[in-house]
Amino acid sequence: MSKFQFPQSIKSRPVYGTLAPQPGKAHLMIADAEGAEALLDLAEQDSTIMAQAHIIFIPKGTDFSDKLRALSPAQFYEGPTYEASIQRIRHVLEHAHQGLQVYLAGTEGLMGQAQNEAMQAGIPHTSIQTEHRGSVARRMQCVHCKGITEDVLFDPFVCSHCGLNLFVRDHYSRRLAAYQGVCIDAEDPGNIPDPVELYS
Amino acid sequence: MSAAPQKTKSGAEQIEVTVSAVVPVNDLVTRFEFSRVDGQPFPTFSGGAHTVVIMNDDGRRRMNPYSLMSDPADTSTYAISVRRDDAGRGGSLFMHTQVKVGDVMTLSYPVNLFSLDLRARKNLFFAGGIGITPFLSMIAQLERMNGNWELHYSVRSADLGTYADDLKTKYPNNVHVYYDDQSQSIPLTDLLDGQPLGTNAYVCGPKGMIAWVHASAKEAGWPDAQVHSEEFTAPQPGKPFEVRLCKSDMTIKVGENESLLEALEREGVDAPFLCRGGACGQCETTVVSHDGEFIHRDHWLDDDQHASGTKIMPCVSRFVGASLLLDR
Ligand code: FES
Repeated sequence: MSKFQFPQSIKSRPVYGTLAPQPGKAHLMIADAEGAEALLDLAEQDSTIMAQAHIIFIPKGTDFSDKLRALSPAQFYEGPTYEASIQRIRHVLEHAHQGLQVYLAGTEGLMGQAQNEAMQAGIPHTSIQTEHRGSVARRMQCVHCKGITEDVLFDPFVCSHCGLNLFVRDHYSRRLAAYQGVCIDAEDPGNIPDPVELYS
Repeated sequence: MSAAPQKTKSGAEQIEVTVSAVVPVNDLVTRFEFSRVDGQPFPTFSGGAHTVVIMNDDGRRRMNPYSLMSDPADTSTYAISVRRDDAGRGGSLFMHTQVKVGDVMTLSYPVNLFSLDLRARKNLFFAGGIGITPFLSMIAQLERMNGNWELHYSVRSADLGTYADDLKTKYPNNVHVYYDDQSQSIPLTDLLDGQPLGTNAYVCGPKGMIAWVHASAKEAGWPDAQVHSEEFTAPQPGKPFEVRLCKSDMTIKVGENESLLEALEREGVDAPFLCRGGACGQCETTVVSHDGEFIHRDHWLDDDQHASGTKIMPCVSRFVGASLLLDR
């Protein structure tokens, strides 16, 4: 699957790269869905890191698990959802030492949230590698009710918490791992443009 | 005298001080303590900061950066420790041979290019020789905050182990000293292994030691942003050269024993600076054209910038060649 090229945007918008093996004592790899392909590419560049790798994978209906297992990582964990995997991620980070390399791949929501966990564990965000694969859906925070709506693909969209019509901004919060959604019809209630698919 | 700091055009603001103590620490190192002439409290600073000491050496103005080693929260005094460099340009010799208790001198406000990352879970300090000084103020700061730190300090011998005994007595559990003359060295690879996530490493010492810590940490997978170093380069003498200054519309000569920055100052050109040691970036100057070779000595510009021939750091770098035109 080819990689999606996000259009140039404001500075706040995260920029993703291509995973590359880095020297380290241990390698934590967290991916969802098509993010698995980035891990397969990573292993192809240097299969030796797999002996110290811990893969945490959330398939989201894809069937990459067997391929990832075939890389023979030191540890492999398949989680049903990101939320269900958080305990595992925190546990790994809590017991990790300096020299741990973190590789994140897949959707923006997964990478943002996992990056946040790694940052809170003490890793600077500049040292956390990311590679976007798969869905371009966004994790959005409603700036009014603060509720998070996952997997937003259309702009504007309806906040799943307070029901306001929200405009999808590129303004991103690393701390919340979410983009900001702002009421689009505050001045003129009911004047809501037709939803358009992101990047279309 | 007014309480307000005197502001010269370039550099940090300045403070008039009286030398309150001159304490020989060992054969090479002497500590100088200062109080303010105006009796006001000194500005507080953060651990790792330095001050530029302005010396009047028989009419010649010398300005050398030294790390502040006193407790940052003690506003009654500033202290520095100066290692005598017999082969140097004379600043440290001046301090050692001329400066006496009661002398009035000028210090710049503190500037910190080597500060603690207060997000660090743990601070791992690597010091070599006189590179111990910034860690003394960092330790004082961390002790007050209940910070987690560990010092690995390499010295030539027990006699030349500046503050090594004091530190070991005061913090027996945090301080590890390694003596060259007993063939001891810092077990760096082991120390970089198994540190808690979010540990920050700091190194100050000889060039080779700084490079060693950076390279070893990289190899062990440490994030670049968590390995900090400070190195001041003293300007080196070199062949005299001529510089044409576009904005000032004058041509000046840089003598053998002065830096380009000093030559600019001598000619009354207001040239920016802070550290005078190639570390802060403040003096960065655009090269309009040149015909010759640069001798870059700073740690500010990257290799590509050095190669491009479009920038020079006048505090430490020189030039050899037919012509040099600067945007100053
Ligand atoms: S004055 Fe700091 S780099 Fe030149």
